[in-house]
Amino acid sequence: MNINATLIGQSVAFFIFVLFCMKYVWPPVITALQERQKKIADGLDAASRAARDLELAQEKVGQQLREAKGQAAEIIEQAKKRGTQIVDEAREQARVEADRVKAQAQAEIEQEINGVKDALRAQLGSLAVSGAEKILGASIDQNAHAELVSKLAAEI
Amino acid sequence: MAEQTASGYIQHHLQNLTYGQLPNGDWGFAHTAQEAKEMGFWAFHVDTLGWSVGLGLLFVLLFRMAAKKATSGQPGGLQNFVEVLVDFVDTSVKDSFHGRSPVIAPLALTIFVWVFLMNAIDLIPVDWIPMLAVLISGDSHIPFRAVSTTDPNATLGMALSVFALIIFYSIKVKGIGGFIGELTLHPFGSKNLFVQALLIPVNFLLEFVTLIAKPISLALRLFGNMYAGELVFILIAVMFGSGLLWLSALGIVLQWAWAVFHILIITLQAFIFMMLTIVYLSMAHEDNH
Repeated sequence: MNINATLIGQSVAFFIFVLFCMKYVWPPVITALQERQKKIADGLDAASRAARDLELAQEKVGQQLREAKGQAAEIIEQAKKRGTQIVDEAREQARVEADRVKAQAQAEIEQEINGVKDALRAQLGSLAVSGAEKILGASIDQNAHAELVSKLAAEI
Repeated sequence: MAEQTASGYIQHHLQNLTYGQLPNGDWGFAHTAQEAKEMGFWAFHVDTLGWSVGLGLLFVLLFRMAAKKATSGQPGGLQNFVEVLVDFVDTSVKDSFHGRSPVIAPLALTIFVWVFLMNAIDLIPVDWIPMLAVLISGDSHIPFRAVSTTDPNATLGMALSVFALIIFYSIKVKGIGGFIGELTLHPFGSKNLFVQALLIPVNFLLEFVTLIAKPISLALRLFGNMYAGELVFILIAVMFGSGLLWLSALGIVLQWAWAVFHILIITLQAFIFMMLTIVYLSMAHEDNH
């Protein structure tokens, strides 16, 4: 409990420790701390900037998406129109073709009918002549009456 | 301790290992309190100095280790611990000290950690370290006190160092004239030169007491708290030596309870010493008179 030179020893030790701390301990630690604080601040800054960029990008994406949707709808609309157009054209062509085929067929049929009619006429003429031969009992000169028969046949 | 009386035990615990000039003219360790007293001023408390310097070295080396590897990237465990303390001290300094000084923050850190470490030795049971000293020296009556801050020399040594810094910065910031003016022209001042001359002694008395009270209160606050705390530990330890079972059992409970409470005290006293140093030095830097 006596006050003695311990006092001086303690003071000297105190100053030495403070000086050491001041020179070798405090500066590196506080520098590291401040640097980290700056880093963190920068990081947070960058993060908020990135968030803002993201927002902008999302907005852009939404806009592009809307545009794309609009374009797609337009294209589909056009395609539908074109489709109906093609179908209509095809129908028209089919109808024309059908008409043509029908007309051709009809013409062929008519031709055939005429042919058959001519043949029938000829046969009927010869039948009528042979009938008349039989009825008259006499042989009619085939050559003399051929003109008559053909006249008859034309009349039928 | 069985052969000792309670008062002998307590006195033995309150005596420092003193190195000084013995009555026969040789230098050596004092064996009794009387001998230590007769050594006068030029004697050293080897235990106080040893523990305080040892713990101070522990502090600077530990912190230096962390400081050398300090990175602004991801900190390791030790760096983290050091950074918490540095940041805490830095905040405390910035809160109460508005000037710029490269000394004050490291000073505050040193005070806080060093005083805390010295106080913390108080938590080691009171007989362990003295017993260790007995075992090492082979002298069964060797006095040994492990807690440096229970020695008024240690606290006064630090307080006087702080006081020297207060005066140094007062003169550095305000000049010698400013410093003397601060001591003599306040709180009472007068435009009349004659009245002013009369007021100077009064002012000086008031301001001088204020100035002197700073280191004294700083030293005695820490010393008083730690001394009282140690004394309670010693008194509790006396219960173990009583030989009564129920008293020893009570002693265990009390020892534990007081140690828990003491954790608060050692931290608080270290913090108060640091805080007051900062405040005093910030007052020394301010030129508001």
